[in-house]
Amino acid sequence: MRYLAEFRQGGLVPGLVDAIARLARPIRIMEVCGGHTHAICRYGLAALLPPEVHLVHGPGCPVCIVPTATVANAVALTDRPEVVVACFGDIMRVPSPRGTLLSRARGTGRVHMVYSPLEALDLARVSPDRQVVFLAIGFETTAPSTAMVLRRAWKDAVSNFTVMSAHYLVPPALRALMRHPATRVDAFIAPGHVSAVIGLRAYDFLCADHGCPVVVSGFEPLDILHSVLMILEQFQRGEATVGNQYRRAVRYSGNETAMAAVSEVFAVADADWRGLGRIAASGLMPAPDYGAWDAAQRYPAPQSDAEDSAECRCGDVLRGIISPADCALFAAACTPENPFGPCMVSTEGTCAAYYRYRDV
Amino acid sequence: MCLAVPARIMSIDGDGRGIVDLDGVRHQACLDLLPETRIGDYVIVHAGFAISVLDPEEAEATLALFRELNEINSPFRADPPPS
Ligand code: SF4
Repeated sequence: MRYLAEFRQGGLVPGLVDAIARLARPIRIMEVCGGHTHAICRYGLAALLPPEVHLVHGPGCPVCIVPTATVANAVALTDRPEVVVACFGDIMRVPSPRGTLLSRARGTGRVHMVYSPLEALDLARVSPDRQVVFLAIGFETTAPSTAMVLRRAWKDAVSNFTVMSAHYLVPPALRALMRHPATRVDAFIAPGHVSAVIGLRAYDFLCADHGCPVVVSGFEPLDILHSVLMILEQFQRGEATVGNQYRRAVRYSGNETAMAAVSEVFAVADADWRGLGRIAASGLMPAPDYGAWDAAQRYPAPQSDAEDSAECRCGDVLRGIISPADCALFAAACTPENPFGPCMVSTEGTCAAYYRYRDV
Repeated sequence: MCLAVPARIMSIDGDGRGIVDLDGVRHQACLDLLPETRIGDYVIVHAGFAISVLDPEEAEATLALFRELNEINSPFRADPPPS
């Protein structure tokens, strides 16, 4: 396949690995994208690096960072006979004290899996007697799609469609991580597809305020090794800038159409993250003009007191404080078939990646 | 959620909806976020929406750099790739 096999050529690995070895220094590099975490585990990239170069995994899985209370609220919505909750497959299996969306799908038929926000709107159009609530999860990669769908709903006055927004913004979470005393990170591998939307400027503060190099990376094994090299080159030169390894897909200013849609349709709000707690200005809620499509306004939920499980250590995994193997439940009580926490449920979760590729 | 791999645009209808080819399999992809896209472009599709167009020249420049690094750093390892 074009743009894929070329970036997986084993024959080009030694050049990158040797260049990395030459510049190696004790360093902790965090990636904040589930796609990167999976590529690192799948191709055993950590083993190719010198021992002092550590890869640490951060809050890069959009399913994993949704707090239990949000899942519990979505499950509660299915008690209403007129409602259908439309959501992506991964979030359906995340446990909450009220059960999972998957169990409600089986029990009530009032949960519908979709691959795209547009499918959720299409479902509303063909089900005029139902209220379709789209549980919108995702970072800046998915928020523009939800924004475009809300614009379509507004234009066509689709009144039986609302969005329960669990959209989160990556840069404020990176700022919060840098301020957290337990997280020790020297540089970031920034998420490729989030950056394709938001561009490079969004990370400038990491360099200016924290002296922290950032490299936006592609997802293939050669891309990730190259990003590690680019970070080490910055250290060698004594620089901290935002580098772009993924030039084939990421433009300096990102996707301006997407960003314009997000700022028109959403308002920035404080948001609760699993593991990271409340972070100022890190979430997106429908703007006042789109209030009629805001599920939080149509179905005001009682403040859920559902708490994240104390046994599951996803919170520490998401902050890069522990590795999944440090959780007592990992691969014992907690497996992808029987997941205890979202980091094992989601195909993008760090625990799922460690489990799937544990023999690599 | 994220296919995260490049897919080729095969057709576009009037409503901004396209069909993309991903390794021989056809998928729907909404093109609202990339109004300039044309048939034949390679795009990244995320949650049913194309979010970025691949730039062939930049892709080639990155690969050229990898090849160069390999020549500089591993003059004795010019064996063909194992896989
Ligand atoms: S292994 Fe399971 S219980 Fe432990 S942190 Fe990961 S998801 Fe939570």
